[in-house]
Amino acid sequence: MKKGLFLLFILTLLLMVSVIPVAAEERLVMATTTSTENSGLLAELLPPFEEKFDVRVDVVAVGTGKAINLAQNGDADVILVHARPAEDKFVEEGYGVNRRDVMFNDFVILGPKDDPADIAGMKDAIAAYKKIAESKSEFISRGDDSGTNKKELSIWTKAAIRPEGSWYLETGQGMGASINVANEKEAYIMADRGTYLAYSGDIELEILVSGDEILFNPYGIIPVNPAMYSHLNYQMAMALVGYITSQQGQKIINEYTKYGKQLFHPSAILPENIK
Amino acid sequence: MNYLQEALIEAFKLIINLDRELLDVVTTSLRLSVTSTLIAALPGILLGIIISRNNFGGKKVINVILNTLLGLPTVVVGLFVYSLISRRGPLGELDMLFSIRGIILGQIILILPIIIALSRNAIHDIDDKMYKTAISMGATRLQQFKLLLAEARYGISGALIAAFGRVIGEIGVSMMLGGNIRGVTRTITTAMAMETNKGRFGFGLALGLILLTIAFLVNFGVYYLQAGESSV
Repeated sequence: MKKGLFLLFILTLLLMVSVIPVAAEERLVMATTTSTENSGLLAELLPPFEEKFDVRVDVVAVGTGKAINLAQNGDADVILVHARPAEDKFVEEGYGVNRRDVMFNDFVILGPKDDPADIAGMKDAIAAYKKIAESKSEFISRGDDSGTNKKELSIWTKAAIRPEGSWYLETGQGMGASINVANEKEAYIMADRGTYLAYSGDIELEILVSGDEILFNPYGIIPVNPAMYSHLNYQMAMALVGYITSQQGQKIINEYTKYGKQLFHPSAILPENIK
Repeated sequence: MNYLQEALIEAFKLIINLDRELLDVVTTSLRLSVTSTLIAALPGILLGIIISRNNFGGKKVINVILNTLLGLPTVVVGLFVYSLISRRGPLGELDMLFSIRGIILGQIILILPIIIALSRNAIHDIDDKMYKTAISMGATRLQQFKLLLAEARYGISGALIAAFGRVIGEIGVSMMLGGNIRGVTRTITTAMAMETNKGRFGFGLALGLILLTIAFLVNFGVYYLQAGESSV
């Protein structure tokens, strides 16, 4: 009898936690990159919008390639990504409309202190990549079709090198996990500055190359074309574009800091014009 | 070493202070796992009984398929259900991708074979005599069903607990179908993957500790049930 009561108690408890609240809220699905979500920026940027428009923004953080793919399948209403050539193709093919610049930061090339490829302090990222390949120093690639991966591959192409061989390792994982791999193997890696900053306290790798124009990392927001899929929440996607590129949105981006450093620079409105 | 210590200290702080984000993730995981287990329970047990108690052509094939599906990789289920519920898929209209319902559908498919196979075994193991006597005394189908349930209750509970354990610890389905959306579909395992990726090892570790505790409680439940069986 006691046992029966105990089981009944457990079952009631389970049923209580399993009741799913029915969400009547309007929702907007935004596919974006892990770097924006992991930086914590979206947790600051989105709540004022959600409150103002009485909508829930569901952020699905994947690589840029996957985000674009989700949008093409009609599984996202809007994307916030960083890979300009892929973005332009997305718009040209009719999947996206009304792309706007949002913000930028930059990529940095990290490497071990003893720097076997001797690239520290170089200003030319393409030349640095060439030296890494020539010395066959281990290089970690994301290998996941993310914005960072696309950028990395475009630099190899510009250096006229096809990266392959035992020194070139593809992790297929996110930025943070890949930085960890590079750190453990004392290898070179290209990372976005935000993720590097998040890790800088725990790793031995240092910034060896930065500041090259090619390492510029701009983010754009693109609503998915409502002519493609009838269910898309295009109105709300446009409202979000308006909000993020407005004074209010750009100001939040401009003032967002982590580890005492500014992670993203607004680009829809010039910083000096942000009130 | 120092590094691990720091992470552990942060983990305990988060747990003791009942950090809101942490609680959110844990309740989402529990809710999901309990719901999918409960929904999969009825068809799973019924099919288990049917397979165990009936002789039909192709039964061997079904058993082989079932045993294969026991070790179904979660990413396979995730990918399969994704292609079903994506907007371009046949069930796209239902708007299930990146929602709780999407994850539940995936998890049900994941654990249905487990519940069917384990309840089949549980039914198979019980003493045949009582069942045959009941039939000879003219028990109705419903009465037969109740009798089987009562006789195999420990084995069937074990099946449900095993299913629960499988879903609460899985990541493939939750990540692919839920999308790790903060406050909505973020579960213990997807949050752990993300926080580790962000370099917040303490948070990941705290979740790991909670997952271990849940696993311990679940196994304690199994032990309790087995103890009950031996005292009968």
